[in-house]
Amino acid sequence: MIEITTTRHNPMIDPALHVWGWEIPVYLFLGGMVAGMMVLAGWHMLKVLRGEAEGSFAVQTPILGFILINLGMGALFLDLEHKLYVWRVYLTFEPTSPMSWGSWILILVYGLLAVSALIRLDEAWPWLAQRVPLIGRASRYLLDRPGLVGALAALNIVFGIALGIYTGILLSTMVARPLWNSAILGPLFLVSGLSAACAVVHIAAAALPGRRPAPAGMIAGALSALVQPLTPQYPPQAHAVSLVRFDQIFLAAELALIALLIIGLASSNASQIAAAGMLFAGPYALAFWGLVVGIGILVPLALQALELRHRIPHTLVPALLVLAGGFALRWIMVQAGQASHFINAAAF
Amino acid sequence: MARLGMVIDTRKCVGCMDCVVACQTENDVPQGYCRDWITTEVRGTFPHLAMEIRSERCNHCDNPPCVTCCPTGASHVEKSGGTVQVTAGKCIGCKACISSCPYGARYVHPKGYVDKCTFCLHRVKDGKDPACVSVCPTHCMYFGDLDDPQSKVSELLRTRLWHTLLPDAGTKPRVFYLT
Repeated sequence: MIEITTTRHNPMIDPALHVWGWEIPVYLFLGGMVAGMMVLAGWHMLKVLRGEAEGSFAVQTPILGFILINLGMGALFLDLEHKLYVWRVYLTFEPTSPMSWGSWILILVYGLLAVSALIRLDEAWPWLAQRVPLIGRASRYLLDRPGLVGALAALNIVFGIALGIYTGILLSTMVARPLWNSAILGPLFLVSGLSAACAVVHIAAAALPGRRPAPAGMIAGALSALVQPLTPQYPPQAHAVSLVRFDQIFLAAELALIALLIIGLASSNASQIAAAGMLFAGPYALAFWGLVVGIGILVPLALQALELRHRIPHTLVPALLVLAGGFALRWIMVQAGQASHFINAAAF
Repeated sequence: MARLGMVIDTRKCVGCMDCVVACQTENDVPQGYCRDWITTEVRGTFPHLAMEIRSERCNHCDNPPCVTCCPTGASHVEKSGGTVQVTAGKCIGCKACISSCPYGARYVHPKGYVDKCTFCLHRVKDGKDPACVSVCPTHCMYFGDLDDPQSKVSELLRTRLWHTLLPDAGTKPRVFYLT
């Protein structure tokens, strides 16, 4: 038996590490969701350009993405303890630091989303375009150049994947936290982000059934921007079905990656075996299996399968559950990961 | 170039916490925080028990995860002596270094930047020992250049059994505990 006592009593460190509160899970969730929206938007933009798809809902998704990434970065900023020094991140590039990579990726994503959002901004927010004629000119400039829109689409996909994976790699490189020490975390957060993106686009599309002209105001304008191309009818069945089909693939992949994560941890060293155990017993177990796997993946998968087979009508319930599950995944991984720690091998 | 390290004789340490108080005084550590602390580890089953008392702090690792994860370069390896230091004016308080340290050696200073043991760099530059070493009443702590075969720390590591904390973490700590 080993009994360890310590006189250390540092705030946020003892008795268990808890340096990251709600801000980081919120940022990881929104960042992952925006990453997924960028991939979906880019992919759909390419299809529209090739004439394989109609409408341009994906061309307008960056407007909502831009708003969400601002919220996410706001949460990230709130988490910083030395806020006035945040500019220091952009005076250097530290190649070994995922957070440095992420900071620069975020800046590029920010610019990319801003330019992508310009494509339809005058249409989405006519009140803004009237006041700033430059927006209208920028929109026309981009729309007249399909090559440029194609390049934007490709960049959206590339940086969307980079952002989505980075949110997981950020945690997985923390050597001291065995629960995070898995390369699976990157793809898992990417797929979860893609799934959340399907859900949020679905919800945004249904929340404001097609209206023209777009309503004034920032939030309503942004939401309607997503819906505009789905007009004139309330979310056309084809769009809803395609989003649901995508979501099914992402949710199934998420389930497989969670299984791989647990297998990887459980077949590793003592510290990681103990970390895997945190998902099966203790304060995080019920939330993980109930919220993340049950309500966030299995229930929406079942509901969507029934919707696709026309056993039940299409509703927003699966999309809402997917969002709740995606947020719970970040929340639990961040909190449980901080509680996981290295175990002295001599104890075994 | 020197590679500074610390050797602590657990057979001499009585856990008096003089090192802790000396550090807090020398470095003006804010109330409620500590850069070094005492850990007591008891092994075995009564009556066959063994106890080890350790004065613990930042291990100034050769492979420091806190340095590799820092997005601004605030956490860095000092050129002379190879110790791990934090530049407060570069730190944004993202706490990645705190999460990546397996020893829990860092904390957020009330002023917002991340703080930890410096091996009393300001004293070492003047040719003095760190405060904790200089006050130890049992003389159980030794400080010096690990790369110098003539140094006391090198001699102790050659002649005595020792261990480091959590070697599995791969951080290559530079605080050694004689057993």
